Amino acid sequence: MATAMVEAAIFQGLSWNPLADLRELFAYPFMVNALEAGTIVAVMGGVIGWFMVLRRQTFAGHTLSVIAFPGAAAASLAGLPLAVGYFGFCGLGALALAGIAGSRRSLSAESAAIGSLQALALALGFLFVSLYHGVLNGLDSLLFGTFLGITGRQVTVLLAVAAAAVALVAIAARPLFFASVDGDVARARGVPVRALGFGFLLVLGLSVAETSQITGALLVFALLVTPAATAHQLTPRPGLGIALSVTLALAVTWLGLALAYFSIYPVGFYVTSLSFGLYLLVRVSRALASRRRTTGRLALEAA
Amino acid sequence: MSRLGALAPRAKPAGAATSTAVAFDRAAARLGGRTIWSDVSLTVAEGDFVAVLGPNGAGKSTLINAILGLLPLAAGTASVLGRPPGDSKGLIGYLPQRRSFDTGTRIRGVDLVRLGLDGARWGVPLPGLPSHKRDAARVGEVIELVGAIGYARQPIGELSGGEQQRLLIAQALVRRPKLLLLDEPLDSLDLPNQAAVAALVRRICEEEYVAVLLVAHDINPILGYLDRVVYLAGGNAIEGAPQEVITSETLTRLYGAPIEVLRASDGRLVVVGQPEAPFVHGDRHG
Ligand SMILES: Nc1ncnc2c1ncn2[C@@H]1O[C@H](COP(=O)(O)OP(=O)(O)O)[C@@H](O)[C@H]1O
Ligand SMILES: [Mg+2]
Repeated sequence: MATAMVEAAIFQGLSWNPLADLRELFAYPFMVNALEAGTIVAVMGGVIGWFMVLRRQTFAGHTLSVIAFPGAAAASLAGLPLAVGYFGFCGLGALALAGIAGSRRSLSAESAAIGSLQALALALGFLFVSLYHGVLNGLDSLLFGTFLGITGRQVTVLLAVAAAAVALVAIAARPLFFASVDGDVARARGVPVRALGFGFLLVLGLSVAETSQITGALLVFALLVTPAATAHQLTPRPGLGIALSVTLALAVTWLGLALAYFSIYPVGFYVTSLSFGLYLLVRVSRALASRRRTTGRLALEAA
Repeated sequence: MSRLGALAPRAKPAGAATSTAVAFDRAAARLGGRTIWSDVSLTVAEGDFVAVLGPNGAGKSTLINAILGLLPLAAGTASVLGRPPGDSKGLIGYLPQRRSFDTGTRIRGVDLVRLGLDGARWGVPLPGLPSHKRDAARVGEVIELVGAIGYARQPIGELSGGEQQRLLIAQALVRRPKLLLLDEPLDSLDLPNQAAVAALVRRICEEEYVAVLLVAHDINPILGYLDRVVYLAGGNAIEGAPQEVITSETLTRLYGAPIEVLRASDGRLVVVGQPEAPFVHGDRHG
């Protein structure tokens, strides 16, 4: 079917005429779908990721992404759409994480429990893959992402879920921010801190399930964590930070998709490398700037 | 000599009827099946500056939680600003114990103060609205009141303990509360900062006419500013003017063990014989 055409397009490679290359990107419906899906996922990941980094829940986020893998494998095994596996498993995973967090253990016991859940998820994933006798078609795209074969219907589902999740976070934005940075005072003011934590994990599960469908289960971090962590480094202002997080996620997604289109490497690889490069750049330049400030001050004091 | 005697009675605002901010009657608190304190009766009048004193684990934070309505009383009755505890959340400013932000915390002080004002509100804050401007003005006002203008826009994790504490007090104040609950705000501050924050709380207490309950480990930095003290020990509490409560006889009765209160030549009080957590600075924090 379309795959032959797709491969023909890919192996044409870059023409080095930017306008023509750009036009080519939008020439195929599968690529338009991929760009739309990537855009939806990037906006959602930018917003949810900003709160996840703020709440220091990246370990929980990573665990959810590992849970996405057996979800997708189980769906393939059962002959169901992958999205069913992603949303189902990540939703259940979020419930399990909320249960762990709700049992009010110590922090170290909590992360040990989350880690065990992660190991179980990986083991299940490989069990499902080996039950699939023969080669599970596209195992590497489950793990590392793909932009091929995203249908218009998938894009609609992604959009509906992302819109609902972002709307929920927007409505709860201030109480969630309050509960995240200053839980004791928020609770005393009547903010439902525990319910918000529970709800946020569910939304995070949805977000991971969506992101997995573009970047693959193992590279969810590239879209969910790295742009958000970079934004937190760049500004402490909440509004500006969320806007930056979304912008960076969009930039790496679009660029990653374009690069993947013109080469043979998976999209997850590009998205990961680009966002990691950005993060590194920001960390290094911030470190240099603070060194310069310190040496400047020392020089002033010496003068 | 005595700083206790130097306290002049403060003028209440004209027309303000004196009513009670907190009243406990024979109240008891239980945690995990253990009675922390019982038979506690106390009254805090509006606009009073009250210290809550006592050794570690005496139940000072538990008392604050009971006032907030986060911990239901096991016995007795309580009224907070004329209502049952927990019913006047919007009228109470609260600063929890031992809250400091590590250097990685990338939140500005001004945003933290603002959360005190609108953090419980649902929906997205929209910049153009008049309410948004009013809120921003109020946030600016309290930041000025606590003297934190110079650093309120920096990430709070990069500030010193004293600077963080001032911003947290501003956060507790921003809704013009009738009652301020400050749980060990002087903890982890050096002596000059302890004195400065104590003076600030006194000034707020007078200018904003708000009742303050300040939990402290050491009475000396706040002694000159207090109206009353609540002393918790041995599962019981005594409430009164500092010069009545911090005496050998009263504390001996409260602890049920011989206690001696000495006055150093500089006016500082030293409590001797306390089963744990000596009163004077320098040798606490295990
Ligand atoms: N959740 C709890 N369950 C059982 N005991 C508790 C709990 N929280 C605190 N305690 C105990 O209650 C006592 C009073 O605690 P607290 O009010 O924090 O003391 P303080 O603030 O005076 O140091 C302490 O002995 C503490 O160990
Ligand atoms: Mg305490």
